[in-house]
Amino acid sequence: MNPPPLEILDLTVIYREKPVLWDVDLAIPEGRLCAIVGPNGAGKSTLIKAALGMVPKASGRVRFFGQPLELSRKRIAYVPQRTSVDWDFPTHVLDVVMMGLYGRLGWFRRPGREEREAAMEALRQVALSDLAHRQISELSGGQQQRVFLARALVQNADLYFMDEPFAGVDAVTEEAILRVLEGLKAQGKTVVVVHHDLQTVRDYFDHLTLLNVQVIASGPMETTFTPHNLERTYGKQPLLELEGWAKPEQAWNS
Amino acid sequence: MNPDLVILLTAVLVSTASALLGSFLVLRRMALVSDAISHAVLPGIVLAYWLSGGKATLPALLGAAGSGLLTVSLVEWLTRTGRVKNDAAIGIVFPALFSLGVLWVSLSFRNVHLDLDAVLYGEIAYAPFNTLELWGLSLPESWLVMGGLALLNLLFVLLFYKELKLSTFDPSLAAALGFSPGVLHYALMALVSLTTVGAFQSVGAILIVAFLIIPPATAYLLTHRLPALLSLAVGIGVFSSLLGYLLAVWMDASIAGMMATVAGGCFVLASLFSPTQGYLTTRLRRRQQRLEVTARLLVTHLAHHQTPVPEEEIREEFGWDARFLQQVKQKALREGWLEASEQGLTPSSKK
Repeated sequence: MNPPPLEILDLTVIYREKPVLWDVDLAIPEGRLCAIVGPNGAGKSTLIKAALGMVPKASGRVRFFGQPLELSRKRIAYVPQRTSVDWDFPTHVLDVVMMGLYGRLGWFRRPGREEREAAMEALRQVALSDLAHRQISELSGGQQQRVFLARALVQNADLYFMDEPFAGVDAVTEEAILRVLEGLKAQGKTVVVVHHDLQTVRDYFDHLTLLNVQVIASGPMETTFTPHNLERTYGKQPLLELEGWAKPEQAWNS
Repeated sequence: MNPDLVILLTAVLVSTASALLGSFLVLRRMALVSDAISHAVLPGIVLAYWLSGGKATLPALLGAAGSGLLTVSLVEWLTRTGRVKNDAAIGIVFPALFSLGVLWVSLSFRNVHLDLDAVLYGEIAYAPFNTLELWGLSLPESWLVMGGLALLNLLFVLLFYKELKLSTFDPSLAAALGFSPGVLHYALMALVSLTTVGAFQSVGAILIVAFLIIPPATAYLLTHRLPALLSLAVGIGVFSSLLGYLLAVWMDASIAGMMATVAGGCFVLASLFSPTQGYLTTRLRRRQQRLEVTARLLVTHLAHHQTPVPEEEIREEFGWDARFLQQVKQKALREGWLEASEQGLTPSSKK
């Protein structure tokens, strides 16, 4: 059997004496759309960042396809929260997407026609080809998100991490992201998404990890998305009135 | 050699070397760090003087690069402790290092000519007097130092253009793709320190900040493309140096001071008249847009009336003063949306 795309053992992250993640063990199965869900401050983004070496670990071991991070960088793409960069930077959409290919180019080599075409193709997949030469400061929030998505797609990775891609985006963008997720799944890629909307998580994903500093539960959506697990993750919130259980209009939405 | 030529070429080299690096400082929101570095290199220079026993250029450059990197590391370390924010950390580190340098000079080198004024203000007018013999030629030292630095900075930006762009826009992606944003960051800081010290003798520690920051900040207002920003910044820097020199000679004023002033003038002009972001241009554009929308509103309103509407009545209904109504009316007339008669205003029959 192949080693899992992501395997985390005993991961602990401490920020000023306070554990943000505590003894996390997690294995993400191949070819699934996996959601990481939990309340604010549960360490969802930190989990991804620590796995990718962007946040120092107090302890823990992370393996990608059985390999350490350094040997698997080319197989991994990461879509950060779109607020993580300054969108007033003087460049255009296509250029940002091509940045995804810099890793493959290595030092010194400049992107050429091949890279430009790959970036255009990725922009088509997120329905942004019309805006290829648009200055990035002129983009809406949803368009920014799709640019980041295209930048990850162009990397042609096997494992994708996305940090809250659905946060505050318009319907067109939500639709585009869903299409991309389906496309990735059809190609057998693995996608790990930090998500915060319990309303949609069952429809969008097929694997669920419930996180609140510790891993509360992780497994296939059908068996993991249970009132009992959600209550253990969120505490006794009115979340148990989610659609299918009780009044949908009062559903808890972190 | 012609002293004017020596001074002018020195200034052009200083502004080129500075604008290239300054562009990345501005984009990384690190403009203040250049101010810190320009002061904090003093103890490094004093240390180099103390060790080498003379005012040789190479030890001074190395000492300065060292203390420049020390400044940046200390600022980053203080910021990371979370006890002070980044701006406060800068404000703590550079006066500490600078005062260390000042104290050292005043205590140990009382009898030596290590002129603080020269460090702070520099004097480009002396450039023709410092010459070096090279290949049988007597060349100004400032040409060699600043020419070398300008070339070094240009090579750095050209060779690492893609890496600099990526690590400036999105350092975490740069790290994720296996580039080392930390190494590039410190390389940039080392070059800023070197350039600052190299330019000391010409423009001094305070005005070098004007050369590093003002031309890129001006270019940032004028373009949305990084290659254009870099070339414009160099162009504005060189232009300010040339015009500044002419004005300084004409008015018999401080050369470096006049160059920085001209650069400041360029920034003011750009901030007022930049086609996309200028204060006046945006105000004018907004006014035009507002007039157009209001004129359309007026015409739509008039279309509901069967008869011409007297201006008095329109003013009352819309709550406009006479002047604004005239502006809106003129706009609508110009566009051919409106017809004015003795009885009042009617929408144009053509539309």
